[in-house]
Amino acid sequence: MTVEIFESDETPGEVVYEDPVEGATARLKERFPEVQEDEREDFSGLRVPPELLRDVATYVRDELAFNYLSLITGVDLIDEGKLEAVYHTYSINHGGGALVLRVHVDRDEPVIPSLTPMWPGADFQEREAYDMFGIRFDGHPNLRRIYMWDGFEGFPLRKDWQEPFFEEEHKPFGSRWPGGEVFRAEERLPYGKNVQYPAGWEPQSLDFKTNDQEIYRGLSVSREQLPGLKTELVTVNMGPQHPSTHGVFRMVMTLDGETILKLHPEMGYLHRNHEKIGERNTFIQNIPFTDRLDYLSPMNNEQAYVMAVEQLLGVEVPERAEWIRILMAELNRIANHAWALGFLLNDMGAFQTPALYFITERESIVEFFEAAAGSRMMVNYMRFGGLAYDLPTEFRNMPTMTFLEKLIHDTLPSFVDEMDEYLTNNEIVRGRSIGVGTLTADEAIAYSMSGPMLRASGVPYDVRRAEPYSYYEHLDFDIAVRYNGDVYDRYLVRLEEMAQSIRILKQVLPHLKETQGASVFEGKPQYALRVPRGGDAYGRVESGKGELGFYLIAQRRASNPDRYHVRAPSFINLTSLGKMCEGHKVADSVTILGSIDIVLGEVDK
Amino acid sequence: MFGLGIIRGMAYTMKHFVETYVDDFRWMLEGGRYRNEEALATRQNLVTNRGAVTINYPEEKLPMPERFRFVPFLVTDDPPPGQQWGHDWCTSCGICAKVCPPQCIWIKRGKKPNGRPKPEPEEFYIDIDICMNCGFCAEFCPFDAIKMDHDYELASYDRTTAHIHDKARLSKPISYWREIVPRKAAAEAAARELAEQSKGRRRQEGEEEPAGLPEEHQRELYYKGLLY
Repeated sequence: MTVEIFESDETPGEVVYEDPVEGATARLKERFPEVQEDEREDFSGLRVPPELLRDVATYVRDELAFNYLSLITGVDLIDEGKLEAVYHTYSINHGGGALVLRVHVDRDEPVIPSLTPMWPGADFQEREAYDMFGIRFDGHPNLRRIYMWDGFEGFPLRKDWQEPFFEEEHKPFGSRWPGGEVFRAEERLPYGKNVQYPAGWEPQSLDFKTNDQEIYRGLSVSREQLPGLKTELVTVNMGPQHPSTHGVFRMVMTLDGETILKLHPEMGYLHRNHEKIGERNTFIQNIPFTDRLDYLSPMNNEQAYVMAVEQLLGVEVPERAEWIRILMAELNRIANHAWALGFLLNDMGAFQTPALYFITERESIVEFFEAAAGSRMMVNYMRFGGLAYDLPTEFRNMPTMTFLEKLIHDTLPSFVDEMDEYLTNNEIVRGRSIGVGTLTADEAIAYSMSGPMLRASGVPYDVRRAEPYSYYEHLDFDIAVRYNGDVYDRYLVRLEEMAQSIRILKQVLPHLKETQGASVFEGKPQYALRVPRGGDAYGRVESGKGELGFYLIAQRRASNPDRYHVRAPSFINLTSLGKMCEGHKVADSVTILGSIDIVLGEVDK
Repeated sequence: MFGLGIIRGMAYTMKHFVETYVDDFRWMLEGGRYRNEEALATRQNLVTNRGAVTINYPEEKLPMPERFRFVPFLVTDDPPPGQQWGHDWCTSCGICAKVCPPQCIWIKRGKKPNGRPKPEPEEFYIDIDICMNCGFCAEFCPFDAIKMDHDYELASYDRTTAHIHDKARLSKPISYWREIVPRKAAAEAAARELAEQSKGRRRQEGEEEPAGLPEEHQRELYYKGLLY
């Protein structure tokens, strides 16, 4: 990486554009005349010919300072016989919006040069696009399926692929009303018939050995290159059923004694093709599904999704609704970090005791969610253009505002201080975490890290400040940042973020009082809404785990999205796990994984 | 000093440990802290998270807020004497089946003898294994005919036979709804009445805006009652 993080790359005498994206677009088009604006209406970004992608990407990264490759996804343009890869790059230096690159390739021969040499963070996202769309990334070091099993037939997110329980292209299904003949899907497709196999496939032909080797490919290390005793190297599978992998997650590691030489994360055990479900659903039906992604911070998920759809709908959110959204999002951030820190300590060996202290505090937050929205975790609270409900009248036998004041001015701050006092200087915590799993600032950016992972490495990048949404630009808070990039700093960043969230909440309370009684939803609530404009929309927020984004493509007057993609921070943050674990002991890999703070619902989508 | 951090952490845990017994002493003379309504009410409404914060399920349960939602039920009129249910509020319009995200609602529309649709469901099924408790059906029902229940203890021995709830299993009288969510039920009744009054009435020139719902009622309703 040649770009300095804090250095401005503006040369005097040049035209200075207000918007960094506009300036970068102009410079890029000047440098590469082949790069053109996307000709479709309401689509953002620039069309790049596949053979130029690497040059353009290098130029974008090194010269234009759009050095953060946030999102890669595929799109199936079945009518044109094309597949599209969409790249969102951001500037860590300048903040602001995305410079979007779009590459179109033939649907029958989809080959795009891989961006892993410049951005190692492209690794998992390119594998995901390969798995779901069959786009082959030329030069990718380990282009295997990431969610589906090796040997799976077909590419699930292509428009012509149908799942085994397929009923209709879009919901609502005709069989539900007015006919109403009830059936259970599994009875129609009894055991053994609910899976699709390639034509002419025989069960005997399955060669387990080759499949295993697929997974272990790239893990083999030559014994000869290593110093010391010539002992045998062992490959160990940790998980998928292991309590410290935070769910059904598997780490395949090659060990030299206790030391990890290489580590590959394996995932997809909880994969349910959330995105395909999302494309079958109508817009409003997706809101409760987003709660099931990162189920520890449902409010942040919903906020990102409704923000993306609101761009397509062009609706305004009333003031009170926006303040309540911030209240919920920040409470959720505290709850998320409380959970993350509690279980990080669990992973370090402080089994359950500190975790339960954290969970106790989180409990008052999720119970408040239950009173406000109806469910502790699957809240389904936000709607396009507002909220379903105002805050409840009372909670825990006191008026809601009294409760919130007590919570925000008293309970939560004293709790954060207490945890800081009793844990931060604990010798075991320090011994287990300082210097473990380090990532430098350049590495963190190159690996597309986001959230506390990025900020613990000394990069003060927070979507709430970089591209402010909602009312965050009017709120006074600091970006928590630490500079060593190890597990301890990630712990400190999360603790500091809880304190900053409390600071935001204190500023939100007076606005809630002011807007008491105001409407939280404008217009007519609709269950079958259609978007007035087509094109794409990207809504991103800073969730507890990192940058969470929803990328939508819809046609004009459509009731459901054509493409629905989630930029899942836990999934992308895992890209650097192998890198961070190299050279550490097996026990440290657990701590490092804990410090990423993953939720498998979001990793596996 | 090395080790001081650990000792302070241990002292903190010790403090928590002692605090958990404070409640035992506090309720000792009043029948103990378990199986004690008053003690339970205190533990359910914590102001500070001090001491023992757990409850003994299933003997003790946490109170459910009014907005709590679980698998839906169908609202009927209060039953006439000797019957279990009254007249269905559902008109089988199908909005709940259309908005349902996992598509777990099946409705067979009623038919009059002459073949025309009758505003009453002939059959109504919800597969509770598929239901994701999102509450959209209740939110968008224009007749207040489907509501989210508070009964979450639905476990059974055989999921293949017991988990598709039919109309008989789903129907509950409106009095049950008033009992589990008194405030919201009152707000809904007021909103329905208001909607009934303003229906078919053309507003005169210069006439004042009719008084809306009081704020405490609005607060209890989806979208502040905009759906009425």
